[in-house]
Amino acid sequence: MPGKTLLKPAPAAPPPPAGDGSLYKKRVKVHPKSVEGPFRRFKWIVLFLTLGVYYITPWLRWDRGEFSPDQAVLVDLANRRFYFGPIEIWPQEFYYVAGLLIMAGLGLFLITTTVGRAWCGYACPQTVWTDLYMQVERWIEGDRNARMRLDAAPMSAGKFAKRFSKHAVWLLIAVVTGGAWVFYFADAPTLLKQLLDGSAPFVAYGSIALLTFTTWSLAGLMREQVCTYMCPWPRIQSAMLDEDSFIVTYKGWRGEQRGSAKAKLAQPDSFGDCVDCMACVNVCPTGIDIRNGPQLECITCALCIDACNDVMAKLGRAPDLIGYTTLKRDEAESKGQPLEPMWKTLLRPRALVYFAVWAAIGIFMLVLLAGRSQMDISILQERNPIYVQLSDGDIRNSYTVKLLNKQGRPREFQLSVSGLEGALLSNPVTGEEPAKSLRLPVRADGVDSYRLQVRVPLRSIEAEQSEIRFEVQAVDGDGDLMKTARFTAPAR
Amino acid sequence: MSKIDTQQNAHPSGPGNAGPGTTGHEWDGIQELNNPLPRWWLWIFYATIVFAAVWVVLYPAIPLPGGNTQGTLGYSSRADVEQQMQALDAQRDAALKGIEAIAIEDLGKDPKLLQAAIEGGRSAFKVHCVQCHGSGAAGSTGYPNLNDDDWMWGGDYASIYRTIQHGIRQPGDDETHQSVMPAFGKDGLLQPAEIASVTEYVLAISGQEHDRALAARGAPVFEQQCASCHGADGKGMREFGSPNLTDAIWLYGGDRASIHNTVFYAHAGVMPSWKGRLSDATIRKLTAYVHSLGGGE
Ligand code: SF4
Ligand code: SF4
Repeated sequence: MPGKTLLKPAPAAPPPPAGDGSLYKKRVKVHPKSVEGPFRRFKWIVLFLTLGVYYITPWLRWDRGEFSPDQAVLVDLANRRFYFGPIEIWPQEFYYVAGLLIMAGLGLFLITTTVGRAWCGYACPQTVWTDLYMQVERWIEGDRNARMRLDAAPMSAGKFAKRFSKHAVWLLIAVVTGGAWVFYFADAPTLLKQLLDGSAPFVAYGSIALLTFTTWSLAGLMREQVCTYMCPWPRIQSAMLDEDSFIVTYKGWRGEQRGSAKAKLAQPDSFGDCVDCMACVNVCPTGIDIRNGPQLECITCALCIDACNDVMAKLGRAPDLIGYTTLKRDEAESKGQPLEPMWKTLLRPRALVYFAVWAAIGIFMLVLLAGRSQMDISILQERNPIYVQLSDGDIRNSYTVKLLNKQGRPREFQLSVSGLEGALLSNPVTGEEPAKSLRLPVRADGVDSYRLQVRVPLRSIEAEQSEIRFEVQAVDGDGDLMKTARFTAPAR
Repeated sequence: MSKIDTQQNAHPSGPGNAGPGTTGHEWDGIQELNNPLPRWWLWIFYATIVFAAVWVVLYPAIPLPGGNTQGTLGYSSRADVEQQMQALDAQRDAALKGIEAIAIEDLGKDPKLLQAAIEGGRSAFKVHCVQCHGSGAAGSTGYPNLNDDDWMWGGDYASIYRTIQHGIRQPGDDETHQSVMPAFGKDGLLQPAEIASVTEYVLAISGQEHDRALAARGAPVFEQQCASCHGADGKGMREFGSPNLTDAIWLYGGDRASIHNTVFYAHAGVMPSWKGRLSDATIRKLTAYVHSLGGGE
């Protein structure tokens, strides 16, 4: 597929001109014009949804009983827990998070290979916040032409007022953005109160300050520069896209030769549909001309489609001179050949493989998650000394036993040993008589560690190494487990 | 149409756009394209240089023959550690006070305090005790195993506490544990045949293989010479620190040769008294730790 392109090689380009020698270029400020249309509406919807989810999520509650936090989504770094609704991830289960990240990566591949850089164009935080910031800018400083005039104008009280209020609103949004971020790491209502009365931990203020700065500078000042120069994704996309990926495309075969509406009226055959009105260029948030073909800078926001369709509608020409299409379909369309059905292009093997792998990981994780136990035990035999002979000749081994309780209330576990005749368990710290089984309390949602000892009469020991079974049963009847460990005796 | 090209603005047929220029370098027909960076990247680079310069002034940085530069802030990672240790000590203060204040017999009654004492004792043991008792406190010949259930000088909190405080056969300490076993062979107190027979007798009462006839001859010897300290039944007497000879635990070995050797030469191991060398709190922590190893008495 990539590499085996169906397209004619590009016409031999003229040799690249020798550069002017400068290795750096000045930034050309982009003043995107506002636009209306279905893609713009779609972008607004995505903006409201994503920002809504981001700002509201930390405030959702989830009842987990008295021993666990009641925040629905919480990254509890101090206690090393990650809460996500009914799911609670322990540090040793971090592979779930790794799995989610892998799924996110594969999902990105899947989306990109089918519908291009949809992530960049609609959902990426850089795009969403930039969109929001640009809208604020439009409200305060006006649309493209007004802003360009303002930029050129000398500083005056009016210009200062506009600039000042713009940055004030931007910073306000930035503070709220940074503020929302820290709520994911602590109980949101408590932290908000602390933030307001000045008693929150320094790291909270520090994070907010940092995120305020990054939000304001990335969405307000850097904008398209982030996508073009800082983000690795645009560079990776050439490996992701192929001639069957839907991307924003200018249909040159239809648009060229460009010419005014009047010129086309006079000579219909020598001119194409593009009237060279620059509407598509003016709305582009990255400041490029899509008519030059697919480019690294294009985030496929599709605003140029809305802009051009507006022009085409006014001229009474067919829409989608700029449209979502694949290179292959565009080629076929230009030759007047029939197009293969849309679903065939979308469901091609490459996309299906991505989807299959993505879904397999998802299902695998769900199965793991559903089957995971509410308790666990780990048993580590003490190595030094590995055994102790007691005065009556019995052999005793010590073990570090860790009991893990994933439920939100303290529980008791009954631990018993078997496998060696007459084996008895004891806890040297409490000093109780050795017994066949011990009751051990374990804190809510945590691990408790015990150093326990097992003594076995010499007569039941046949080898230097024997196997001994530890059975643990929740006293409330909810779950049981069995683990084996080694029991070591002196060589005979 | 074009192929998908990620060169910036590199659309060969695009009007007014001939693609990126070159740097003018050419080797064997290969030209080096110039996709110019925005200038602010360069400024970020300069900013890092400035940052480094400021850092070098403020913090310890350059290693020189006479030691590294100190920086004007006076920061040192060592002082940092010091500070953290002090904070930690302050945190532990409550537990320390509790350990010092509690009656030694009651150490086991406060689980939280006991746990703190055990953990503290664990690290103190690693510094002061492992040289003789071993890192796992399992001892070796002549050095008792502290993990078992045999306590020559007592295994409750108060007894362990006293043993650590005053040691064993520590010269100059009035309260140290004293006990002496005569060197029956070396000092000619018993004839070689008597020593052989009493050795056999000790093998018998500790339930090991032995020569019945010889052991029978050793019984009266034991009664005369040994029972006053080790007891008529050979089970030892704590007030003399005389070990139980009928159990499976032997400080100096329990086979025939070792027992014979002990009767002939006798042994008198020593343990230092730690009072005055270690703080009372540390001795208490060690007590708790040693007690927790095998459950004490
Ligand atoms: S908006 Fe459409 S008609 Fe206008 S210049 Fe762009 S492609 Fe041509
Ligand atoms: S060229 Fe069109 S789709 Fe691409 S970034 Fe510009 S406006 Fe968006």
